Amino acid sequence: MHRFVYALLIIAGFSVSTARVEAAVLDQIKAKGFLQCGVSQGIPGFSSPDDKGNWTGLDVDVCRAIAAAIFNDPTKVKYTPLSAKDRFTALQSAEIDVLSRNTTWTLSRDTSLGLNFTGVIYYDGQGFMVRKDKKVNSALELSGASVCTQTGTTTELNVADFFRSRKMKYDIVAFATADETVKAYDSGRCDVFTTDVSQLTAEKLKLAKPDDHIILPEIISKEPLGPVVRQGDEQWFDVVKWTLYAMINAEELGVTSKNVTEMTKSPNPEIKRLLGIEGKFGEALGLSNDWGVRILKHVGNYGEIFDRNVGANSKLNIDRGLNKLWSKGGLQYAPPIR
Amino acid sequence: MAGDAAFVRTALTASQPPPIPAGPLHGIVRGLFFGPLNIALTLFSIFLIALLVLPLMRFLFVDAAWQGTDSTACLGVSGACWPFIWAKLGQFIYGVYPEALRWRPDLVFALGALLLAPLLVQSAPFKRLNAFLFFAIYPVAGFVLLTGGNLDLKHFLLGRLLAWDIFGSATAAGLHLSFWSDYGASALLLAALAAAGATLLRARARNAALAVLAVLAVFAVVGAMLLAVDLDLGLAPVETRSWGGLMVTLVVAVTGIVASLPLGIMLALGRRSEMPIIRLLSVIFIEFWRGVPLITVLFFATYMLPLFLPTGVSVDGLLRVLIGVALFSAAYMAEVVRGGLQAIPRGQYEAAQALGLGYWRTMIEVVLPQALAIVIPGIVNNFIGLFKDTTLVLIVAIFDLLGQLRAAFADPAWAGPTTLYTGFAFAGIIYFVFCYGMSRYAHLLELRAAAVQR
Repeated sequence: MHRFVYALLIIAGFSVSTARVEAAVLDQIKAKGFLQCGVSQGIPGFSSPDDKGNWTGLDVDVCRAIAAAIFNDPTKVKYTPLSAKDRFTALQSAEIDVLSRNTTWTLSRDTSLGLNFTGVIYYDGQGFMVRKDKKVNSALELSGASVCTQTGTTTELNVADFFRSRKMKYDIVAFATADETVKAYDSGRCDVFTTDVSQLTAEKLKLAKPDDHIILPEIISKEPLGPVVRQGDEQWFDVVKWTLYAMINAEELGVTSKNVTEMTKSPNPEIKRLLGIEGKFGEALGLSNDWGVRILKHVGNYGEIFDRNVGANSKLNIDRGLNKLWSKGGLQYAPPIR
Repeated sequence: MAGDAAFVRTALTASQPPPIPAGPLHGIVRGLFFGPLNIALTLFSIFLIALLVLPLMRFLFVDAAWQGTDSTACLGVSGACWPFIWAKLGQFIYGVYPEALRWRPDLVFALGALLLAPLLVQSAPFKRLNAFLFFAIYPVAGFVLLTGGNLDLKHFLLGRLLAWDIFGSATAAGLHLSFWSDYGASALLLAALAAAGATLLRARARNAALAVLAVLAVFAVVGAMLLAVDLDLGLAPVETRSWGGLMVTLVVAVTGIVASLPLGIMLALGRRSEMPIIRLLSVIFIEFWRGVPLITVLFFATYMLPLFLPTGVSVDGLLRVLIGVALFSAAYMAEVVRGGLQAIPRGQYEAAQALGLGYWRTMIEVVLPQALAIVIPGIVNNFIGLFKDTTLVLIVAIFDLLGQLRAAFADPAWAGPTTLYTGFAFAGIIYFVFCYGMSRYAHLLELRAAAVQR
């Protein structure tokens, strides 16, 4: 009986202490001196180590921007490379502060995992790649095709939905990793290769003859990708969310990493608020008022990080598409800083 | 009588010359072409070699690209993309260990090879000194070199339990006085406890003194190790997070191998012990660790443990993995060793007892040498399995050789049709070299053990 009571006490002690872990993520990060950021174990353009071993990519630049906003130093990030299935556990157990790992925002993930999605850094969608010599111009002509996909992902389910709802026949050929899937497609095991369009573009580079393949115009799913934080700390949620918004607002206002210093003299009140010349918006977030300058100087605005990692200045050369600013016909829209 | 037999030779046949003349070349010819079955098998093997090995050689050497700085060098080439391996070689070996400090892992590799080589050669002298250096000094030195040492220990037992902090944060030569005074006091306290316990149990004076000495000795040895890792040697600290590649593979495998053998032997002896509590505990330990998959162990140690530990207490991620791997492989090793123990006939135990040997001397001098010699193949099998199982650490966000490789595939600068094959060929060669090396050495050991038994 005594032992039982003792065990209960231990468990109670642990739960108290775990509750304490949840408090004030931003303060903890400031105290330990670095941001702990969960990234992928290698997704081209989003997070992968370069030849020097530095992490690069769109998701990585989000981590760097947050670190720049907090510490004025984008290198104060420690990266935890996570697989798709371990990513939420790592965030829940506070091994990482923010998960920036190509993660699709869905209702079930937002509600049942104790997590919050902070915004959308990339609007992706699932597409199909086929050989040009198949003479297929639309996904609607794919009836009877065999489809290569990665097992255990939402892409597999999306394919099933797409084909069944149109009463088209298909065969699934599923593989464990993206690398195997693309090799199987390249060697002719299947007619169609499907995954998110950003991935299709990246994997296309690995084909023996990339020019012999096309990505079909149909997008069969919505995959809004964005950073995720734990529920229960609204301040930290705001910091991550507004870091994204600051980068998008900066692009809209024409502030880049190159001209940010001159822009501090700009008469435009919106720019003044973004760069902390007017108002105390940084302090409201628990940061310093020049948080916007820090992000832009060290990392750049949304257009810059997009072009550098996945867009025109990268090997992937993905079209901005849905990720254009709202003012240019895309979906990227940030609430105003005021 | 002769009428019962079907055939009785009545005259000797003339002796015949050997079917194929003797000599090394003829032995080979005979093996390859003697009889229709051998000829068929030979032709089939030649066919297989032509089918597999020649294209492999073409891929690896003839058609390969050798120079370049990104994937454009490999785009028009149907063979291996060696510039990719070359560009990423540092990562494959050290992970993201700072480049300026890579002499430290190099030194650890070199020291390890230097100490291990004479240990493996039977005729090399100074075996005891060598073993002491390798098993006691080398792990500590390796730890200090790889991490940078200077752990900055602040509290020991009393400090944690009773907030013993008499020296505050005062330091001498970079060491916290509170910790070391705490350590000394804890040692004396535990020694006193041992003495008191011995008196309570009415042990003989000699045994009580032995108990006290044992406690002090353990504290002295552990203290020496702690002192070594606590000293500030001026080495820049390197977190285990930035370790990776072959270095992590070797650290995990070697720790698992070195820790699992003694632990496994103790567990095997415990499981066959006549003391019920020890036997029960050993059985529970072994069956528990054999009953859970390694992935679960690693996952639990990495992501679940932080939920249970109190705030502020965090154990290094790699260390958690090392402990998990060591305990896991110890359980398997215990069962292998138990197989050897059971193969020793009862007469051996009885003979040792008849000679007046106690339990430990019976085991160490009679039973274990025979038992371990029997299970060498099983032990090495475990080692090789463990070496390859180390890739599972990728699950818990630690990049071993294979993890670094997979991450490197995602680098858009190197995306190309042959990058993947080149990477896996490279990793395959490295794993093969290590595993085949272990297997050949084990074969040598078996031959030697067999010679001893004859």
